[in-house]
Amino acid sequence: MQIINLEGTEDTPKIILDKSNGIFEISGRSLPEDSAEFYQPVLDWLDDYKSSPNPSTEFVFKLEYFNTASSKLILDLLSQLEEVGGVTVHWYYHEDDEDMQEAGEEFSELVEVPFEFSTY
Amino acid sequence: MKYIYELHKTMLARNLILVYEGEFTQEITKSVLAMAERNMDSMGEESGIKRKVFNVMVECLQNIVKHSEDLNKQMVQKSTAIFMIGKQDNAYIITSGNPIKNEDVEHLKGKLDQINGLDKEGLKQLYKDIIKSTSLSEKGGAGLGFVDMARKSGSPLEYDFEKLDDQYSFFSLRTKIAKE
Repeated sequence: MQIINLEGTEDTPKIILDKSNGIFEISGRSLPEDSAEFYQPVLDWLDDYKSSPNPSTEFVFKLEYFNTASSKLILDLLSQLEEVGGVTVHWYYHEDDEDMQEAGEEFSELVEVPFEFSTY
Repeated sequence: MKYIYELHKTMLARNLILVYEGEFTQEITKSVLAMAERNMDSMGEESGIKRKVFNVMVECLQNIVKHSEDLNKQMVQKSTAIFMIGKQDNAYIITSGNPIKNEDVEHLKGKLDQINGLDKEGLKQLYKDIIKSTSLSEKGGAGLGFVDMARKSGSPLEYDFEKLDDQYSFFSLRTKIAKE
């Protein structure tokens, strides 16, 4: 499968989706002008990936900030992961960032995917 | 030239650390955010409040951007808006003002009143309900931004509508972020 490797910018996150090396990570800031357009390639990629996923998928979220428009797309992305067997979401938040912790907990209540929480 | 001094005095009296008036775009949003962040950094602001202020600023600015794109298609003259950040001893005050259509006033007022009537748990539930039910095509709309602003603020969102003419009203919004 093709690798998605996007450098982070001041308003878009760094994204790595690499099936052969088992790296699935979204990190940084997400407040793009058009979040639906920005996340579409990621959703398409996952749509392909779920038809032949790795035996286990450790999906890392290490977000510093995301806006409400991105939160809807993150939920769509997590919904795609519901159909991936052997997936675990690793939700990282800064140790004093209660809002990011709570955001992760809310997502975990909205989708049927196991979450693990860690601080950085 | 006296107005310069008057404006300067007004800004000092109201503890305004940043005022922007003009057209709103994503590029402007990024610039305003960067300036406000640098300002808070230089004052040695605590990271928790910095994050909340950043969060409310983004939703507020992007609301205006999104709304003015819709409005500019219909208006002969391009609409401009205003955005301000004030810093008091124990709180940051984020204020914005932008023209909206008179026919949208009631709906917006209803949404803000609904949000202001909810407590912490109620806001959390509303956030979840909206995020679950909103489809992808409605790019960032549906009032999630206001709910998020209210959650981060912990205080009611203060608002006002000033009628401009038979078509437009000026919508002012004030969000307070108290320091712990």
